[in-house]
Amino acid sequence: MDSSKKIDAILEAETSTLDYLTESLLSVVFEKYGYDFRNYSKAHVKRRLLNRMRLSKLESISMLQHQIMHDSSFAIQFIKDLSISVTEMFRDPDFYLAFRDRVVPILKTWPYIKIWHAGCSTGEEVYSMAILLKEEGLYNRVQIYATDFNNDSIKQGKEGIYSVENIKKYARNYQASGAKGTFSDYYHAQYDSAIMAPSLKKNIVWANHNLVTDADFTETQVIVCRNVLIYFNKELQNKVHHLFNSSLVKGGLLCLGDKESLQFTDCSHNYEALSKKHKIFKKLYLQ
Amino acid sequence: MKILNDYKAILIGASAGSLKIITNILTALPKDFTIPILIVQHRRNGADGIMAELLNDHSQLRVKEADEKEKIRAGTVYLAPPNYHLLLEPDLTLTLTIDERVNYARPSIDVLFETAAESCKEKIIGIICSGGNTDGAFGLQQIKLNKGITIVQNPETAEVKSMPLAAIQAANPDYILSPEEISSLLLTIHENQKSHEFEY
Ligand SMILES: C[S@@+](CC[C@H](N)C(=O)[O-])C[C@H]1O[C@@H](n2cnc3c(N)ncnc32)[C@H](O)[C@@H]1O
Repeated sequence: MDSSKKIDAILEAETSTLDYLTESLLSVVFEKYGYDFRNYSKAHVKRRLLNRMRLSKLESISMLQHQIMHDSSFAIQFIKDLSISVTEMFRDPDFYLAFRDRVVPILKTWPYIKIWHAGCSTGEEVYSMAILLKEEGLYNRVQIYATDFNNDSIKQGKEGIYSVENIKKYARNYQASGAKGTFSDYYHAQYDSAIMAPSLKKNIVWANHNLVTDADFTETQVIVCRNVLIYFNKELQNKVHHLFNSSLVKGGLLCLGDKESLQFTDCSHNYEALSKKHKIFKKLYLQ
Repeated sequence: MKILNDYKAILIGASAGSLKIITNILTALPKDFTIPILIVQHRRNGADGIMAELLNDHSQLRVKEADEKEKIRAGTVYLAPPNYHLLLEPDLTLTLTIDERVNYARPSIDVLFETAAESCKEKIIGIICSGGNTDGAFGLQQIKLNKGITIVQNPETAEVKSMPLAAIQAANPDYILSPEEISSLLLTIHENQKSHEFEY
């Protein structure tokens, strides 16, 4: 072996040791705290992990692992580092426009509708949907299950109190989403907060659910899971698509994020696209 | 500087005043260019896929917006879509995320550069061009620490200087070059991808 090859071999060995350390850290998090990040995007996990080490002045992954094992509040912080809760109301207004156009007419033919928002974060997306359903005269027929694996987010969603600062942006999104009403009718402003109207909350159930480790939801008509699967690797995306497929009724609808698709999963033949551009799929009756 | 013969990707970080230099570089590269190119260009919110089309018209390479979990290939240029961070995985697939902004930017140059440096170590080439902020300085430093090639556009030739200046300060880059020199260095590296490592 010439010397440059030798160096390559050493570098490679070092890299795989680092990978090995990351894997072992994630195993510890799973075994001790029950959160399984082992099949999340490697690049995402590594970036967040190195960032946490810099912020907390830890010099090695072993030190990080030690801290996680012995300090549960630090571990919770680390778990939050990996679960990105960024969200907004009527994110991608075109999606809601397409939902009104293509999905609402189907929903109008059903007497009862169960909607599952998986990975709903702090609830902005759920209230957006509740507003849409109200305006389309469907709200009284729906039961919305809003789930996430982050309890703090669920709690905030349930409270439905958002900063007035963001409301301006949300109002613009709402206008672009095919709005049929006035945005300010849906919340009550108090100091720096906007408190969502109780009439929107009536049919929403908030619950903890982990897409990686928990069971399916039965007999669901609509699943909305946007910008969650992008954080998973292909295998885990595939696994969660099986969970969605078994949760949906035949003819049920699956709504993904703008950059997500069924392309690399083995469930793709179970669906037809209602709107390819807006990632709205309908589960086929015959499978 | 030792130039390897199996680079996994060339990364370009671009902001205000960069469009012309990106166009120049892409125009200079041949159809059979061997290394995939990933570009983070800061754009105004609400901008759509028009930039990929524009650059595609100017290049012999295929220019497209990056798709989630797509594998990068030679002869192709990938643009970070507006409002998403672009990350490079160790298996050379792309991930798009909606994490909070970094340096007020999404996509952020730092996010691509630091994940690519972690994923591919010394087999990455990072280039910082004209721009009015400091995004990319940290990312270029990470590429340097991992022994990849670091290039910054000569601030003298940049329409807006603060981004190249910040990158030079943070990363002490291997090369500070004019746009023409960047293109010719990339061509030299390309010529040698199929042969042996060499000194440049
Ligand atoms: C980026 S947010 C997207 C929020 C919202 N759906 C949207 O598109 O605006 C991702 C959410 O997925 C949640 N999440 C990540 N992994 C999860 C898992 N294994 N089970 C359930 N939720 C998860 C995070 O807690 C976070 O709230």
